[in-house]
Order: sequence, then C-alpha cells, then structure tokens
Amino acid sequence: MANSLTADLQVSIGSLKLKNPVMTASGTFGYAREFEPYVNLHRLGAVVVKGISLQPRMGNPPPRIVETSCGMLNAIGLENVGVERFITEKMVSLQDINVPVLVNILGDSLGEYREIAKRLNGVPGIAGIEVNISCPNVKKGGVAFGTVPEMAAAVTGAVKEESSVPVLVKLSPNVTDITVIAKAVEEAGADGISLINTLIGMAIDYKSRRPKIANVIGGLSGPAIKPVALRMVYQVSQVVSIPVIGIGGIETYEDVLEFMLAGATAVQIGTANFVNPRASEEAVEGLDHYVNEQKISSIRDIIGGLVL
Amino acid sequence: MTQFQEKTAITRIERLTDDIFRMTLESYEIASAAKPGQFVMIRTGSGKDPLLRRPFSISQVSNGKYFQILFKVIGRGTSLLAHCREGESLSVIGPLGSGFHIKCGATNCLVGGGMGIAPLLFLAKSMSRKCTVKPPLVVLGARNKEELAPLIKDFKELGLHVHAATDDGSLGTHGLVTDVLKDLDFDSPTEVSVCGPTPMMTAVHFFCKEKNLGCQVSMETAMACGIGACLGCIVPLAEGGYAHACSDGPVFDAKELLWQIR
Repeated sequence: MANSLTADLQVSIGSLKLKNPVMTASGTFGYAREFEPYVNLHRLGAVVVKGISLQPRMGNPPPRIVETSCGMLNAIGLENVGVERFITEKMVSLQDINVPVLVNILGDSLGEYREIAKRLNGVPGIAGIEVNISCPNVKKGGVAFGTVPEMAAAVTGAVKEESSVPVLVKLSPNVTDITVIAKAVEEAGADGISLINTLIGMAIDYKSRRPKIANVIGGLSGPAIKPVALRMVYQVSQVVSIPVIGIGGIETYEDVLEFMLAGATAVQIGTANFVNPRASEEAVEGLDHYVNEQKISSIRDIIGGLVL
Repeated sequence: MTQFQEKTAITRIERLTDDIFRMTLESYEIASAAKPGQFVMIRTGSGKDPLLRRPFSISQVSNGKYFQILFKVIGRGTSLLAHCREGESLSVIGPLGSGFHIKCGATNCLVGGGMGIAPLLFLAKSMSRKCTVKPPLVVLGARNKEELAPLIKDFKELGLHVHAATDDGSLGTHGLVTDVLKDLDFDSPTEVSVCGPTPMMTAVHFFCKEKNLGCQVSMETAMACGIGACLGCIVPLAEGGYAHACSDGPVFDAKELLWQIR
C-alpha cells in the first residue's frame, strides 16, 4: 500500500491542517523518535508528545502500571524532563520530523500553565498546544482544573493568551457532566477539545491484600474504555461547534471511523501504541483504503454521520 | 538502535518441566542483531485480552536466524504461549534494551536464579567464544533439581562447570547462590553478571560490594511497551530518581541502583 495515499483524508482543527485524522495520544508515544524504528512518522496526522510541566518531574514510585481486563491502569505521575530541557533537547530533535507536533502541557496552578505556554510560544516546530487539565495522578491541581467549569475556562483563556498556535484542551471523563466543561472551554477560546483522558480506576491483589499500583488509584486506558469514550465524544460534539478529537481505546481504522461517526474530527491513538507500535500508521492505511473503496469523496463526510 | 517488529514462526516448543517451557522462534533480523542481556516483547494472543505484550530475555541465538526464550507459566500470557504450536507465528518486537558488558580481561562469574538463568546462557556462549583464556564461573540456583537440571544442561554442553544451589538441596548446595559464592576464590579482578529474583540479586549485589567485585544485574519489571514510551518500568537509582528498565537497561551496574533489604 506504499503509494496508495490518494484519498482525501484531510481535516482541520482551527488553523491546524492535518493530512489525516490520526494523531498519537500524549504519554503513549514518548517524544515520537522512540517510534521511528516502527512507524513512518510523516504518514501520521500529528503527534502529541509526552506531557510537559514547568519543572522536571520524577513521577510516581513503582509499580506504576498493571494490566487489567482489556486495558491497563497507570499512575506514571507525569514524569517528564521539564519545559526547558524539552525545548533544548527534545524539540530540537523534532525539527525535521515532517509531521505536526503538538505539545501537551500540565501545571499545578494557573500561573504555571501560563508560564509554560509563554515559554513554548514561538519555539520552532510546535504546531499546537494540548492543555492537560485532566490527569488524575497529581494530587493537587490537575483534577480540579478539569472538574470545575470556571477553572477549566480560566486555564484555557490563560494558555490562549500566550499561544500563537491552536490550543486544544484535553478533558477528564471523571466528571458528572462532561458537556458543561466542554462548553466552558469552548467559550474560553479553545480551538479544539480532546477527550477522553483515562478513567480513574483501581486494581487489588487479594493475596497480598495490596493495591496493584503504588499510587493506589490510577488511570484506566485501552479497549476497556472505548464505549465510555464514544459516548462522551458523541455527547460533547452535540453541544460544541469546535472540533472534537476522540481518544479512548482506539486501535484500528474501524475504531477511528466509529469515533468520527460519533462526531470526532480527528482521533488520538494511545495505549494501542504500546501493544502495536505501528497501530497509528496502520490506521491511516486502513482509512485510506476504506475511503477509496467506499468511494467517499472526503473523510470529512464521515464526521458526525451517525444514523439514528 | 536496531529494533524490529516481526511476525515470527515458532519452530520448536519444548516442555522442560511441568511449567517451564523453551520456545524457539525464527527471525533473521532479531537473531542477527541480538546481544546477550537484550529482550523481546511478545504478543501472547491475538485479541484484546490479555492486552499487553510480555517481556522475555533472549536465552540463545543460533544459525543467525533462530532465537530462544525460556518461560515459566505464571499467568494468562505465559499460559497462552505454552499452548502455542510449532508452525504458528507470534508478533515479536526486539531486540530491545542494553546488553551485558563483556570484559574478557576479568574473571567472569555468571549468577542466575530461576528464569533469570535464561539470558546468562546467551552470555556464557558469547563469553566462551570471545574470552578464550578463562571460561566463566557459573552459579545457578532454583527451587529444586527438577527445575534446575534441564537449565544446567545447556551450560554443561558448552563445557562449563556449573555450581548448583537449590532451595531443597535436591541438587548441588542446599541453600542460596550466595552460599556457593562464599566458597569460591575471587583472587583476581572479577565481574559478576546476575539475573534472577530481586531478593537474590540484592544479596549478590551486597556480596560483590563487600568483596569489591564488579557486578552487573539484569532487572525485570512490569512494562507495557518495552520501547521507552510508557515509563512504567522504572527502577530506583542510588543517587535518587529512576531509570527505565527497557531503555536504560535492563542491564545495570549494580552500584548505580538503589537496593533495599526487605
């Protein structure tokens, strides 16, 4: 299928033009170069690199991950090199990557979010920012921003003010009504909404009577959460007019199509990258084949095409 | 970095004991690039459950296109592998991680426990080929004779003398590998290469530290990806912070790690 990328798979998120809707999810694709032995990175729509904080973070003690039924729980604790090293070491190596790079950012305070956005603004090679207001693993900050509409809006507004590139906001599913948060970040100026982040979960070893991860609770991801993600993407796309980027248990092009039918403009592949490092590129190939075979003039025709 | 994602054919599967198996897989790319101490990530099923790949040390390569793994059935993933048949194929990523450093000038001592013996066979073979002056000392431990005897056989075929230790005394020394080490003479600079359960590696590390012997360990942790992306496979460092077993290891200088006596 080497030269078959002929179908119109282009989608837009604000001013960001993607050659196809397949992105990689933050925290599952390293800083992209790790996947070079397996993936032709330039074939992807975009990559979202590991979440970056103002200061480096060591992350949580082990064990950090455990497999669960059709999924996995993680409490990595946002381990990352910090924004300065990210710019000087990681971003430099991504200059010639030939695929849009989105940088996922996270902070413990409004000021931190603003500071990271300011620091990243104008750095060559950054096509967009994704604001993580939803990681459940950090005890202060993270969760509150994602669960209170006013705070979600405040963070969105602050990052928008400091950024000259499109800003996506990644929502937590661990809320009573995700549409309220989605509307709040749209009003605050977000160019797109990514959802869902992991669902908070837990795993216990009955023999030792201990939790299976050191942080006790962690984020559930993988095929197990796909129905929840689809539902939330569907609900949010009904109430916002900005693009929605679907995330949650996506592995194949069929999964991508389901999320697009539910209303997603683009998607992110996450946990599947761990299982099959080539999953993202294979999804692009599958979409291309499908759109050609079904004689669909553009993949954009699929968006929100759910038949009720 | 030379890494591959391959559909590899199972050319042989041998049952060594009730629950220990040896599997031979065919991949020119993986077998020809592999170094002792490296590992592969194997997808044990084709569905979504179990979801994640399982890491296995490469225990041997042969004829430039075959590699072997050794595994004990401990859960669903290894149970699925045990039920595979010759001729079936498995998705494998590898070779991954760093290997052991081979120092031919030193006296080499290989210490393995249980399934941790797997990568030491590959190491012993490489050493036998490269370090012709002094064959390595080999100390292997397991629960009992039934488990240890088939694992020792491969080392004996290389012409190496193996010091055995079993928990029940059914083969070799009745006790731990460190009980064997205590009785060996380390009069020249020695490099000890260890792989096994964490308590065993901890004991060997402290033994080496006391005797001033070099010590490299191959760490085993849970990991989701094996390629440096999930950040799940951390090992605590002596200086604080963490290293990642898959990309910084799995082989480490024991002095660099934080060891806790439990």
